[in-house]
Amino acid sequence: MTDFPATKRHQKTDAKTIPAMARRKRSVGSVFSWAVFVFGVLYFALPLIGMIEFSLRKRRGTYSFDAYTSVLNDSQFQATFTYSVVMSLVTILLGMILVLPAALWVRIRLPRMRPVIEFITLLPLVIPVIVIAFGYLRMFNTSSLLPMTGSVTGTNILLAFGYATLALPYMYRAIDNGLRTLDVQTLTEAAQILGAGWFTILFRIMLPNVFTALLSGAFLTFSIVLGEYVFAALLDRPAFGPYMIWTGGNRAYEPAALAVIAFTITWGCMGLIQLAGRLFPHTRAQR
Amino acid sequence: MSYLMINHLEKSFGPTRVVKDFNIAVEKGEFISLLGPSGCGKTTVLRLVAGFETPSAGSIEIDGRDVTGLRGNQRNIGMVFQAYALFPNLTVAQNVGFGLKVAGVARTEAAARVAEMLDLIGLPDLGGRYPFQLSGGQQQRVALARALAPQPRVLLLDEPLSALDAKIRVSLRQEIRQIQQQLGITTIFVTHDQEEALSMSDRVVVMNGGVAEQIGAPFEIYNRPATPFVAGFVGSHTAFAAQIVDPAAGIVTLGGAQLKLGQTLAARPGATVRLALRPEAAHLGTADGRETVLTGRIAQVNFMGAIIRLTAMVGDTALTLDTFNRPDTPPPPVGSSVDISVAARDFIVLDAG
Repeated sequence: MTDFPATKRHQKTDAKTIPAMARRKRSVGSVFSWAVFVFGVLYFALPLIGMIEFSLRKRRGTYSFDAYTSVLNDSQFQATFTYSVVMSLVTILLGMILVLPAALWVRIRLPRMRPVIEFITLLPLVIPVIVIAFGYLRMFNTSSLLPMTGSVTGTNILLAFGYATLALPYMYRAIDNGLRTLDVQTLTEAAQILGAGWFTILFRIMLPNVFTALLSGAFLTFSIVLGEYVFAALLDRPAFGPYMIWTGGNRAYEPAALAVIAFTITWGCMGLIQLAGRLFPHTRAQR
Repeated sequence: MSYLMINHLEKSFGPTRVVKDFNIAVEKGEFISLLGPSGCGKTTVLRLVAGFETPSAGSIEIDGRDVTGLRGNQRNIGMVFQAYALFPNLTVAQNVGFGLKVAGVARTEAAARVAEMLDLIGLPDLGGRYPFQLSGGQQQRVALARALAPQPRVLLLDEPLSALDAKIRVSLRQEIRQIQQQLGITTIFVTHDQEEALSMSDRVVVMNGGVAEQIGAPFEIYNRPATPFVAGFVGSHTAFAAQIVDPAAGIVTLGGAQLKLGQTLAARPGATVRLALRPEAAHLGTADGRETVLTGRIAQVNFMGAIIRLTAMVGDTALTLDTFNRPDTPPPPVGSSVDISVAARDFIVLDAG
């Protein structure tokens, strides 16, 4: 009994000491976190700031948007950019038509095949683009059974398929991640028992529920197609990628301006992904 | 001819036979429960009726038409899933109206039907909400409305109450039964909860290892179990081994006492017969009409509210008995010696040895 007050005092000291130590630990941790954050920001932001600053120095002695005006007024820029945007939209559509039913089918009917399908979708990351491009050229050249490179439309279609192959890892993963958040099997069965066929299940149930995931896949595809060089160059199509390389080799300030424009488009796409998520009320629960 | 006929239904997954020669004739408006432990094949039977699985053998007929070869979306069956399975991108009203829209029902007619269904489930004002804005009980009620909206010929319920908490389970099961009776819809309900099955059903099918062990009314299933499995799975009991004295008269000896079971036995005199006694059939103390008195020692007292479940050691046998709780009569203390009276007719013969 006599020990009791002493124990209490001891506890009091502990109660004061422990939070003080915790606070010190926390503040050290906090300083470290901030240091890492600042380092990260500088690491990524400094080259960007440098590039932006350089892109504004076309006019001697003062900052101006001359490089941007020059790029935007260039008819080649307009033509190649429009071409690549159209190609990326075609690629996105093609990717969705190929990947969404495939990913759904694998989840519902062939779950054991998932690792195999995932491996196949990863191949474009492992095999160099030039190998795929040469493979295509060999398979579909003018002396082949399917001479797609014999016409402009055929070559454009071939290019879209090539882009869809390149975007496959991103598109598949985006859609598969979207499907992972759903009980695909039960939702499919619930729709089936209510009389729905595969078309209704795909477009009225699955598509709206993976729309945000689909959009992220679409924007990634957009970014890839916009900057892709090898396929377009080897198939000799007037795409934005070869134009950027050409500009980089022949102009001084314009390439920097082009890079800033490309960055802006990519960031815009990321912003749109975020915005799209907010537009669908049913996705609020998942966020 | 019955409304839903399942004839010699078989289903195998590879070498495993999951459903074995399953037969049942369900009348129109009847509520049937498939009851059994996990892996007994009850859900597979339901999925076969729904058209999600193809039977290895046998046939399914609804209203005189063989639907065995039809796909799930051609059978006009409603189903409620354990995980609700409401479409997250659709509002409550759109979910309920989904089947009507697929069927091409006119918009005004569909809207009226949706309103009627929402009224039926007691959620008339929640049509504009999304599933994530509802509680589990509300979601399951919406799932029920969605299944009923297209006026299906048969309603299938796949453990619809399992994901809900105890209180909502009880209220929702009463609600489901009431709606089923109101609409007179033929219903098959899958559950592993015997209380749900016994309280809701017109008939219960107790399944084990892919086989229907017994099909009968809840009263019959509980009081006259056809197999030791049914006796063990539905309710609890104490098992005894007795020796047959006179099989024709149904007389056996148990712990020195002679019992007249009130039914003839198949085995020869001297053979062992397994008997079961429900906890409510044993009475603490002596009572009129319970001619056999056993002496035991209280080993365990479980207070369950309205009922007190006692375990008494009678010889080597742990006998469980239920007594109603009375505030003026506390349960006997553990270790005390008690008389337990039973009526011979209350013994259930599990097998004749």
